[in-house]
Amino acid sequence: MDIPYTVEERPDTGLFNAKLGVWLFLASEVMLFGGLFSAYVFLRYGAPVGAFHEWGQELNIPLATLNTLILISSSVTMVMSWASLKLNDFKKYKLYMGLTLLCALGFLIIKYIEYTAKFDHHIYPSTNTFYAIYFTLTGLHGLHIIGGMIVLYYFWIPGSKMWESKPEQFTNRIEIAGLYWHFVDLVWIFLFPVLYLL
Amino acid sequence: MGAPTHHEVSFYRKYIWSTDHKIIGLQYGITALIFLLVGFLLMMIMRWQLAYPESAVPLVGSIFGEDGMLLPEIYNSLGAMHGTIMIFLGIVPLAVGAFGNYIVPLQIGAPDMAFPKINAASYWCYFVGGVVMMSSFFTAEGAARSGWTSYPPLADFEVGQTMWLIGMIFLITSSLLGSINFITTIIQLRAPGLTWMRLPFFVWAQFVTSFLLVLAFPPLEAAAVLQLMDRVAGTSFFLPSGLVVSGEVLGVSGGGSPLLWQHLFWFLAHPEVYVLILPAMGIIAEVIANNTRKPLWGYNSLVFAVVFLGFMSFIVWAHHMFITGMGTTMSAFFQTTTMIISIPSIIILSAFFISLWGASIRFNTPMLFALAFLPMFGIGGLTGLPLGFAAADIYLHDTYYVIGHFHYVVAPGTIFGLFAGIYYWYPKITGRKMSELLGKLHFWPSLIFMNGVFMPMFIQGLAGVSRRLWDGGLEYAHASGVLHWNEFMSISAWLLGLAQLPFIFNIFYSLKRGEKVDKNPWGATTLEWTAPSPPLPHVNFEKIPEVHRVAYEYSVPGRKRDFTPQTEPKKG
Amino acid sequence: MSSGHHTADIQSHIKVYMTVFAALAALTIITVAASYMDLSTGEAIFLALTIASVKGSLVASYFMHLISERALITWILMLTAGFFFVLMFIPMASFIDQAQVG
Repeated sequence: MDIPYTVEERPDTGLFNAKLGVWLFLASEVMLFGGLFSAYVFLRYGAPVGAFHEWGQELNIPLATLNTLILISSSVTMVMSWASLKLNDFKKYKLYMGLTLLCALGFLIIKYIEYTAKFDHHIYPSTNTFYAIYFTLTGLHGLHIIGGMIVLYYFWIPGSKMWESKPEQFTNRIEIAGLYWHFVDLVWIFLFPVLYLL
Repeated sequence: MGAPTHHEVSFYRKYIWSTDHKIIGLQYGITALIFLLVGFLLMMIMRWQLAYPESAVPLVGSIFGEDGMLLPEIYNSLGAMHGTIMIFLGIVPLAVGAFGNYIVPLQIGAPDMAFPKINAASYWCYFVGGVVMMSSFFTAEGAARSGWTSYPPLADFEVGQTMWLIGMIFLITSSLLGSINFITTIIQLRAPGLTWMRLPFFVWAQFVTSFLLVLAFPPLEAAAVLQLMDRVAGTSFFLPSGLVVSGEVLGVSGGGSPLLWQHLFWFLAHPEVYVLILPAMGIIAEVIANNTRKPLWGYNSLVFAVVFLGFMSFIVWAHHMFITGMGTTMSAFFQTTTMIISIPSIIILSAFFISLWGASIRFNTPMLFALAFLPMFGIGGLTGLPLGFAAADIYLHDTYYVIGHFHYVVAPGTIFGLFAGIYYWYPKITGRKMSELLGKLHFWPSLIFMNGVFMPMFIQGLAGVSRRLWDGGLEYAHASGVLHWNEFMSISAWLLGLAQLPFIFNIFYSLKRGEKVDKNPWGATTLEWTAPSPPLPHVNFEKIPEVHRVAYEYSVPGRKRDFTPQTEPKKG
Repeated sequence: MSSGHHTADIQSHIKVYMTVFAALAALTIITVAASYMDLSTGEAIFLALTIASVKGSLVASYFMHLISERALITWILMLTAGFFFVLMFIPMASFIDQAQVG
């Protein structure tokens, strides 16, 4: 027999399994980034007064602002790709998912530019504790973007065949992937001001 | 839903990459038991050194150098890996991965876990993590040697630590995948009629345990990444400025803090100790209810206590850090929360004790281990109280007293609970009972020698003998009066090892020669005993059970049998 | 199948998504502009985190549908948030408390 509530919702909780699963995963991710944010707080307290602010002046605010807007856009295109499926518009889904991936790629390219600029100026994780936590936080976030891109690519091309045989389950999967993607955006919404503006 | 489909499955899909929770549970169980044995062997070697500090280790001594003597570095490696293997490769995979995986879906009347493929992935992630950890012994540098607690600055430089960190990342990932699966399964896949307050206590225990894992492990994963960065990227997350190593000032940026590691580490490691004990408490509950032929006393209190315990476990961690120069406000805070957290533990233990009152006790092997658990865990828990008081802890921290405390809780505590579970559920898993005679031959010496190993540790600790000393304290005058206990403890440890042989033999022997049983050999009430022994591949039950009753309807007056399964409909 | 998502519902959701997008973009500009203001460190931190929290809430409530999500999910997140704040504040608090001793 099949596992119940894979697609249909369980009456008393109102959830299908994967939705609960992904939120639990996101809860664990909150604690993961939480550990790193906690490190930021601790290290900032331990540094000389004003040191973190001063060291952060080297960062490129305009580029990061652009990146923030790009990532927010990717969140919109992501939710639109899910909405398109709910409206039975597979073509629109492909368009929006493609745009999401494009935005993600743009984000990574800008990050690459930022990182190489730092390295050119001999600024590395080993330079001081601010850059240590900066590279680690943005690096881990970047890895999450890459991981997300792999999953989204799968749903964009190879896995999109599922729409033909099991459209409801496929739509659910896109919703789940979207939740992950929005979370990655959410982390950046906090990362950006903390690292670049404070 | 109808008859399960029969299709030819390759050996690979049936036994290696299986998505059946029962196979995965067995994979976890077998792997974990092997690791427990390995961890135990490491300790037996260490205990030779402690008993006979300047003599060559027999049998395996040739591995450690020409004269077979245990070098301090090797001793430290064995110590660090003993702790790591026992906790992360042994106990948790056995308690949660094996018992949880096998039993929880059955006890809630589900055909499998909510995410069977993720379940398989979590096992193989654990396996890879285990391989990484064990292979560290065979690298040129050797295995980690900075304690299972891996404190910087030492762990930032010491050999073997990089592999440890990589291994931990795999193990933590495995744990996260597993705990997400458990929580979703318990919430979503309970059979019709199985409301929350009808759940067996074992399921509640696993539920709370999974919450601890999902929320507490990630900060350690973050810390592991930071320590890896310190080791390979030259960062100074945990390295203060001006640190001198081997007579030279370290050429790093500095500005970091070893305390940051301690906070992130213990944020996980304290809830981790409850991960170690809760599944065992769950097993004890099942075994006691079944073998007293009475409902558990105080079911509602037990549920409240275990949930409260889980919540509190997140805010006591710095009682492991009382000697870091903490201010009075913070130590008062953590001392208070630590005292409060002892209350639910006491409620749980008391409920178990009271459950024995007026009972018709069956003294089979699972029950013997369950009964022994009670005073043993009692000693473990009570000896934790002085450690929870900041003032007393200043003296006792990092002494053998701590080692005695936590081993009492985990060894004759959790491990006895796990033994009880193995003897209790073996018939469900294999269709045969384990030998009672061999079970008793396992139990009695184990109980005696557990106490032989760990009781003297309190004496040594109170005398001020520090832990992690490769020569057992030989060089310290204040230890001289209590060092004679070392030989006694070591001999107890080796005899404890021998006492496990009947158990190991029993497992294999009973597969072929054990008394054959049907669905419910113990006359139990919970859902797993309505499935065949072993349960059907992939679907478990012939049809999904419907639950009508609470978990422990034993000896209800006026009924013919002294137990009523949860599936039995109510009349009228 | 997610509950009650009919075509008309989805269309109105799309309007909301676009509104939220505009709000997020605006708040991004605002937070950058605010960083050039002459504020004390404490004020700057408070302002930046407040704006970020508003942005985050918008993403969570509307893109992630939390606003209409089941109570169970919200409870799990509140529990997580609680422990997140413990992890943020307690180590910092013990750092401060310690500094006062010596």
